[in-house]
Amino acid sequence: MTARSISTGLGLFIVGAIVLIALGAGLLAPHDPFTQDLMYRMVPPRWMDGGTSLHLLGTDQLGRDYLSRLIYGARISLLIGSLTVVTSGLIGTTLGITGGYFGGRIDDAVMFAITCRLAIPLILVALTVVALVGSSLTVVVLTLGLLLWERFAVVARTTTMQVRNLDYIAAARAAGASTAHILIKEILPNILTHLIVVATLEMALAILLEAALSFLGLGVPPPLPSWGLMIAEGKDYMFFSPWVIMVPGIALFVLVFGINLLGDGLRDLLGVSQRR
Amino acid sequence: MVRFLLRRAILAAMVTLTVLVVAFALTRLSGDLAVSIAGPNATAEDVATIRKNYGLDRPLPMQFLEWAANAASGDFGRSYLYRAPVAGLIKDRLPITIGLGLSGLTIALLTAIPLGILSAMREGSLLDRAIGLIALIGQAMPSFWLGLVLIIGFGLKLQWLPISGVDTWDGYILPGIVLAFSAIPALLRLTRAGMIEALASDYIRTARAKGLSTASVVLKHALRNASMPVVSVAAVQLGFMLGGSIVIETVFALHGVGYLAWESISKNDFPVVQAVVLLLAMIYVGLTLIADMMNAVLDPRLRAG
Amino acid sequence: MKPVLEIANLRVGFSDGTAAVRGISLNVLPGETHCLVGESGCGKSVTALSVMSLLGRGAKRSAEVMRFHDRDLTRMSDREMARLRGDKMAMIFQEPMTSLNPAYTVGSQMAEVLERHRHVSRAQGLDRAAALLGHVGITAPGMRLSQYPHQLSGGLRQRVMIAMALMCEPELLIADEPTTALDVTVQAQILRLLQGLQRQLGLALLLITHDLGIVARMAQRVSVMYAGQIVESATAEALFAAPAHPYTQGLLNCVPIPGKTPRDQPLGSIPGVVPRIGAGFIGCAFRDRCTHATTACSGDIPRRSVAQHHETLCTMAPS
Repeated sequence: MTARSISTGLGLFIVGAIVLIALGAGLLAPHDPFTQDLMYRMVPPRWMDGGTSLHLLGTDQLGRDYLSRLIYGARISLLIGSLTVVTSGLIGTTLGITGGYFGGRIDDAVMFAITCRLAIPLILVALTVVALVGSSLTVVVLTLGLLLWERFAVVARTTTMQVRNLDYIAAARAAGASTAHILIKEILPNILTHLIVVATLEMALAILLEAALSFLGLGVPPPLPSWGLMIAEGKDYMFFSPWVIMVPGIALFVLVFGINLLGDGLRDLLGVSQRR
Repeated sequence: MVRFLLRRAILAAMVTLTVLVVAFALTRLSGDLAVSIAGPNATAEDVATIRKNYGLDRPLPMQFLEWAANAASGDFGRSYLYRAPVAGLIKDRLPITIGLGLSGLTIALLTAIPLGILSAMREGSLLDRAIGLIALIGQAMPSFWLGLVLIIGFGLKLQWLPISGVDTWDGYILPGIVLAFSAIPALLRLTRAGMIEALASDYIRTARAKGLSTASVVLKHALRNASMPVVSVAAVQLGFMLGGSIVIETVFALHGVGYLAWESISKNDFPVVQAVVLLLAMIYVGLTLIADMMNAVLDPRLRAG
Repeated sequence: MKPVLEIANLRVGFSDGTAAVRGISLNVLPGETHCLVGESGCGKSVTALSVMSLLGRGAKRSAEVMRFHDRDLTRMSDREMARLRGDKMAMIFQEPMTSLNPAYTVGSQMAEVLERHRHVSRAQGLDRAAALLGHVGITAPGMRLSQYPHQLSGGLRQRVMIAMALMCEPELLIADEPTTALDVTVQAQILRLLQGLQRQLGLALLLITHDLGIVARMAQRVSVMYAGQIVESATAEALFAAPAHPYTQGLLNCVPIPGKTPRDQPLGSIPGVVPRIGAGFIGCAFRDRCTHATTACSGDIPRRSVAQHHETLCTMAPS
């Protein structure tokens, strides 16, 4: 077994486990993630002094069970990550394929859009939009989705350009296939592997951004247990009880790390060249 | 070369103009600004007054043209919150943000380039894998969380470094490290890939056949050729870092442009937000232009063309 | 006469199990041109690179003897080897288009050789570079010094490479297919230049080529290489007059050699391809392509002397 397959396996294990946890949150979580118990505030995790087996990872400043919030938080991260990638993937792939296939002025316009998007400060604009429209899960997904499409576009564009001139596309064109048919039935399947790799990396990025937005108070609204929000809420207590930020922070890191491992593994597996 | 740079400059101007429109549209189309400014307890009358006072009752194109014309002459309007000219507010805080970005970039380059070179020289070795793991870890690290952890670790437990403010130079170290983390993976991978390609090239074989020292072969002959994409990406990363400083400045309580922006966003101080968006976009565009020019200096083939 | 370069039983293997060089021996005498000839992939470039210690990390080199004058190359550290390279022994390569660093001027790349080995100033290095550029037939050498490789033609670049190799007055010059990538007319010029320089400077030249025309024109001694072994070695005259190994005979039949190939005779060809040889291979590597092959060709092949200074590796050869 190569080092590469070990790391891919680890990535698959991490992501798989977190997906299962998120799906089975209702069964796995020992408590309701929203129930406050002011008698049991800031209880440390089980293995620390003053910990109790009632709350394995302790409780937060409102006495909510930390483990349960962590488990439900996985749902939020994964939900936002995947929905964002679907949104941005649709936008970016459409633009990229269009530019790459038609070339000329259309391609210039696509390139210009990509350049403009890169010039727009990501976090700042996302924060502004959420501040204006109001924070909710949908708003975060749409905002990030509308902002994170550029790598999809870049990759879809270059790969489409490579595929465009191959013989079977010419054959399809000669056979009288419609442009829409060629784009969707001939080109898209051939660039899909590249897009899947981009999707994993963008999902990792989206999860990190959601956490950052929530941390700044302009992401997922409380009392939803977003990991970023948990870190923000724990920030005031971190000097005396560092575990309040360590627990959600490590969870966030492990999830993103796992997705990246999986993405790198997929890149090798699907034979996508490293071009970044 | 001159034509190439000229085309890039025109493109840069067009991009800036587009961002200008976006920045304006952003604050006007996503809600009623007057309502936002007035706050939740305002009466309809208050809102109407605000609308009139801030000129929000006029048609949008008019508002945009006026704002853009003023912005072009350096007047970004007045902050609702500070009741002062936006340009001055930003000017006071810009040095901190720039200092932060530059220390982040310096730390990132000083880490990524040597590691990338080592990785390339020992391609496939255990060391190469270990360095690759560093890149992966950096990529997965939530920057705001890393900032908090460093504050607890270095600032509080070890008391080595200041944990907030930049009254002294070492105040830039912790936030610089955090910012650098986000840029290291890309720079590292790029240096490694570029060096692997360069080290396998014919001119490196020539350099070795000339009996040059390993240092000269690697640092003079290979790195020079591998550095061009690194320069481009370093410029882009600096732009991203300045954009990302909004998070870091909040964590470390640094009163730079990012902190100002965050404050303005939370308090609906939109003239400031617009100006910061525009400023960051212009810095980004300017940095990519500088990168193009630096590459022309580095690569004689580009200079001639 | 004592050889400048003495190699006995050199072996080079790669980490994938390929045996690229399988026990070759050759000597290069002062002032002599020794041609190492063979098809691509026969191991001749690997031989040259292993003499210079320029093999990649995956390669493993061993030799009974590998001596440059009195210095034992097998025992030298990387650092000592680097001191020797570019100084007393120099090498030029096949690809003049890519062998110069695109980022530095011609003058800078030439001068650094002298700076490295003779510890002279940049100005002195550039003076010597200009003189040598003139010597290799480049007009306006002063102007060329400040030019970048991409501003020069292929022929000019190869001249620059040659001049650069001569910076420290080497005693041995290894030229690996120096004219293969060049136009025919430029090829002739470069060969003439090498010949002239060799006569003037008393260089020992190890010339690696696949082109028998070049061999006929340049060589005093020839070693014919096939699948990592030297299958025949002789003086150029003896080799063209009486080739002993079937492979050499086949090679000579494939190309017209001016004044040596009869006009009315059709050119031949050698069927098949060069086999890939693993570490444990025994017997003649040419047997599958050889029209004279017998069962004896699968056993150990003796190296036989055909005449004085004329050896071949073949079961057929008269002993």
